[in-house]
Amino acid sequence: MIDPIEQFHLNKIFTIGHIGNQEIAFTTSSAYMLLAVVLIAAMMLGAGRALVPGRFQSVVELAYEFVANTIRTSAGSHGMTFFPLVFSLFMFIFVSNIVGIIPYTFTVSSHIIVTFSLALLVFLTVIIYGFYKNGLKFFKLFVPSGIPAVILPLVVVIEIISFFSRPISHSVRLFANMLAGHVTLKVFASFVTMLGALGFVGKVGALLPLGLTVALTGLELMVAFLQAYVFTILTCIYLNDAIHPGH
Amino acid sequence: MAESHGEAKGGEAKGSANAHTEAEGGHGFPPFQKETFPSQIVSLVIAFVALYVIVSRVALPKVGAVIDARQKSIDGDLADAQRLKDESEAAMKAYETELATARARAQAIGAETRDKLAASSEAERKALEDSLAAKLAAAETSIASTRATAMSNVRGIAADAASAIVQQLTGKAPAAKTVEAAVDASLKGTA
Repeated sequence: MIDPIEQFHLNKIFTIGHIGNQEIAFTTSSAYMLLAVVLIAAMMLGAGRALVPGRFQSVVELAYEFVANTIRTSAGSHGMTFFPLVFSLFMFIFVSNIVGIIPYTFTVSSHIIVTFSLALLVFLTVIIYGFYKNGLKFFKLFVPSGIPAVILPLVVVIEIISFFSRPISHSVRLFANMLAGHVTLKVFASFVTMLGALGFVGKVGALLPLGLTVALTGLELMVAFLQAYVFTILTCIYLNDAIHPGH
Repeated sequence: MAESHGEAKGGEAKGSANAHTEAEGGHGFPPFQKETFPSQIVSLVIAFVALYVIVSRVALPKVGAVIDARQKSIDGDLADAQRLKDESEAAMKAYETELATARARAQAIGAETRDKLAASSEAERKALEDSLAAKLAAAETSIASTRATAMSNVRGIAADAASAIVQQLTGKAPAAKTVEAAVDASLKGTA
C-alpha cells in the first residue's frame, strides 16, 4: 500500500547554510512557498489596469475587495492598517492550499511549524500593536466589562488562558484540516490502485473509491478556501482586540 | 531531491530509523520532525517577507489605485449625469416660465386691444348718435317752423277766403278784425 504520509516528507534540494550546528536546507516546502509567492506576485502584478476589468483582473480585484471587506467588517476601518499583512496571509495560505491539491505537489500548510509560525506572527503583532496603541489599557482585554466582582477573577483567568491558547488553536485548525484532508485523499486514491490490481471485479469495485476521491477533491477545494478564510477572519478578530481592547 | 531532510541527519538505516521514531512518539511523522523546523522557519520568513514586501509596496497600491480610479470615474460620471439632468430640468423650467409669461402677455395684449377697440367703437357710436340726434332736432325745428309758416299762410288765405265769401253773401266786406278772430277760433277748434 502507498504510504499516505509519504507526501508530507520534506526532501532537501540544497543546503542554504548553517545556524550553529543546525543545517538550513532549501526543501520541497521552501520551493512551494516560493512558488506561492511567485504565483501571487505574478497574479497581482500581471493584472491589467482596465477601467472595465477582464476576467483575470476581476479575480485580483475580487480578492482585494474580499480581504478588505473581511477586515472592515470584523476589525473596523482602522483595521485597514493591517491590510497588507492580512492580504499576504490570506493569499499565501489560499494559494499554497490550492496548489497542494494538485496531485504530486506538496502542501505548505500541512506542516504545523509553518501554520504555527504564521499564527505566532499574528499573535505577536496583536501583542506588540496592542501595547503600542493602547499602552496598559491593553490589559482591559482580559477584564470584560459588566461582570460581577465575585466571578471576575475566574473570568480574567479564563480570558488569559484563551488569549494564550489562540496561536495554538489558530495554527492547529489549519494544519489539521490540511493534513487530514490530504491523508484521506491519499488513502482513498490508493484504494483505487489496490483494487484495480485485483482484476475485473476489483476494477468495478475501484469505481467507488474513485468517485469518493473525486468528491473529496471537490471538498478539499472548498476546505482549502475555507481554512484560508477562517485563518484570515480569526486574524482580523484578534487584530480587532489589539485595536479596540475593551469588550 | 532524493535525500529526505530530517531523517538524513540520523544517518541510520531507514527501516530501523522508522521503527525507532515510532517509539519516540511521532518522530517519523514529517510534520513533527523537529530537525526540519529551522529550515522551514527560515524558508517561511524569506518567502513571507518577500510576499509582504511585494504585496504592501507594489501589488495592493496598484490594485487599490485601479479600484479607486474606477470608483472616481463612476462617481464623476454619475455627477456629470446629475449635473446634465439638473441643467435640462432648469432649461425645461425656464422654457415653461417663458411660455407662461408669453401667454400672459399675449392675453394682456389681446384684452387691451379688445378694450381699445370697444372704446373707440363706442365713441364712434356715440358721436354718430349725437349727430343723428342733432340732425333730428334740426329737422324737427324746421318741420315746426315750416308748419307754423304754413299755418300762418293758411290763416291769411282762410281770412281772405272768409272775407270774400262773406262779401259775396252779404255784399259787404266784413271788418278784417272780426274775420281774423273767427278764423283763429275755427283754427283753434281743428288744430
